[in-house]
Amino acid sequence: MKVVVCVKQIPDPNTTGQLDPTTHLLKREGVEVVLDPGDEFGVEAGLQLVEAQGGEVTVVSMGPERGIDAVRKALAMGAAKGILISDDALRGSDALTTARVLAAAIRREGFDLVITSTESTDGYTGVVPQMIAELLDVPAVTFAKTVEVDGTTLKVKRQTEAGYDLVEAALPAVVSVTAGVNEPRYPSLKGIMGAKSKPLDRLTSEDLGLEGAGGATAGQSITGVEAAPQRAAGSIVKDDGEGYKRIADFLAEKKVI
Amino acid sequence: MSLGKIWVFAEIAGGKPAPIALELLTKARSLAGTVEAVAFAPDAADAAAELGAHGATTLYAGTDPLWGELLLGGPAADALAALMHEHRPDLVLFGMTYTSRDVAGRLAAKLGVPVIANGLDVSDGDGVSVHSSVFGASLNVATRFEAAGPALAIIRPKSFVAEPSGGGPAAVTQVTSTIDDKHKSARVTDRVADVAAGPKLEEAPIVISGGRGLGDPKNFELLDQLAAVLGNAAVGASRAVVDAGWVPYAMQVGQTGKTVKPAVYLAFGISGAMQHTVGMKGAKAIVAVNRDENAPIFKLADLGVVGDALKVLPALVEELQRRRS
Repeated sequence: MKVVVCVKQIPDPNTTGQLDPTTHLLKREGVEVVLDPGDEFGVEAGLQLVEAQGGEVTVVSMGPERGIDAVRKALAMGAAKGILISDDALRGSDALTTARVLAAAIRREGFDLVITSTESTDGYTGVVPQMIAELLDVPAVTFAKTVEVDGTTLKVKRQTEAGYDLVEAALPAVVSVTAGVNEPRYPSLKGIMGAKSKPLDRLTSEDLGLEGAGGATAGQSITGVEAAPQRAAGSIVKDDGEGYKRIADFLAEKKVI
Repeated sequence: MSLGKIWVFAEIAGGKPAPIALELLTKARSLAGTVEAVAFAPDAADAAAELGAHGATTLYAGTDPLWGELLLGGPAADALAALMHEHRPDLVLFGMTYTSRDVAGRLAAKLGVPVIANGLDVSDGDGVSVHSSVFGASLNVATRFEAAGPALAIIRPKSFVAEPSGGGPAAVTQVTSTIDDKHKSARVTDRVADVAAGPKLEEAPIVISGGRGLGDPKNFELLDQLAAVLGNAAVGASRAVVDAGWVPYAMQVGQTGKTVKPAVYLAFGISGAMQHTVGMKGAKAIVAVNRDENAPIFKLADLGVVGDALKVLPALVEELQRRRS
């Protein structure tokens, strides 16, 4: 089975992001970057599937050149091959452009199953998996809590507002996995060393036949950025053993008890 | 671009529209002269009265029994694209829910137009803009549609309060387009409700959330006990503990989880990473308990207790029981 996992390098989610005041793009300079923690679940899900059933995991990423580190981390976890699409023209791409680029790279590579996280932790538009599926003309089974492949059928427990749906779809397909779907492995030292000799394709939008696709689809622009109003400062107390009483009093004051 | 006609994509369960559809209709009424709804479910027509009462004059309803069995994303995007071609809405509003995101994403790719997600408001002044908040709600951003053609926006639940318009039932127009065979392989074979006792997270007047500071998954029982004694409370969680597999994704409050706006939000052992705060900062009152006095959650808290949540929780449960009796 050929599994392609989409991954993204993002600013460390434990730091507060900033927008460039003139370009309105995310400031990436001087910011620690990591493989999106959400994507580790996707890589792990792919590895578990091919370990059980044979096949290979390819990871694909679009982003700046240093995004190669995120691809390498996925290779160190056990993916067989990496693809990084990096191109200055793609800077500031919106969700649809990102999906077009990823779909083109996935189509070029060939796939039985594409795995993504439900959304990136930095941009969190949360529609790229569905867009990729539409562009590849395959089903998108999103928000998977579990992922199984039985022959050529994908079987998923899909998160819903009320609980979950059992969903089946014929491969090829796209599946997006929720956080907590598995326990992502740590790369072993052997994995990290081995990653250096694994095949790694570096592509541009031109290689994918998408010249001029870069940037945001010219259909939207950020017209205003302002600091959100802050909440008024509250009362902060050290727990002297009676903190619980303060909370009970507060609940009574708010008339919820 | 100005707004003459707005459509609201409505999810239907048991013949009733999802609450977000009514919220979106209420907002749409303030922006456009014509407001209509679109729904795909075998019993979609049953929702015409409620959708109409919130401002939809027409309901385009796909009522083929297959709509109840298939994953909605692919076929609903096809059907919507065809309907939009015929009826030309200026803006289509979707709720930020699992299924509506599927439909909106596929539709945007099909039409080749942008979709702006995570909206908290929509305005029509100098162009149509979607307002959202980024970086843990520290910045408010306005994004304007520049393209000709329909605008697609995905709005977070609870962004607007649903209010009846006093209108009569929406006129039902049957959607007659057929579902392409290629969509028929992606089917829902069973629907499982794993209903927690008590109110839903998004609707509960009190939300009690736990994070890493609880130390161990079993300590979520303390939150359940507190919820039980309060009676009208639901239990949520930070992303860190969902990622760690302590509790299911459905309990996650935050940017990638649910948005809650309870009367009181209680955060136990949650540091207040921006990922989390975007989902709860709309609470009317916030109580935080955390060992780290520098935890960012205290910047939002109306009452902050610097201390061990595992000590405070059992004492609080006992205190509330005592006050009740």
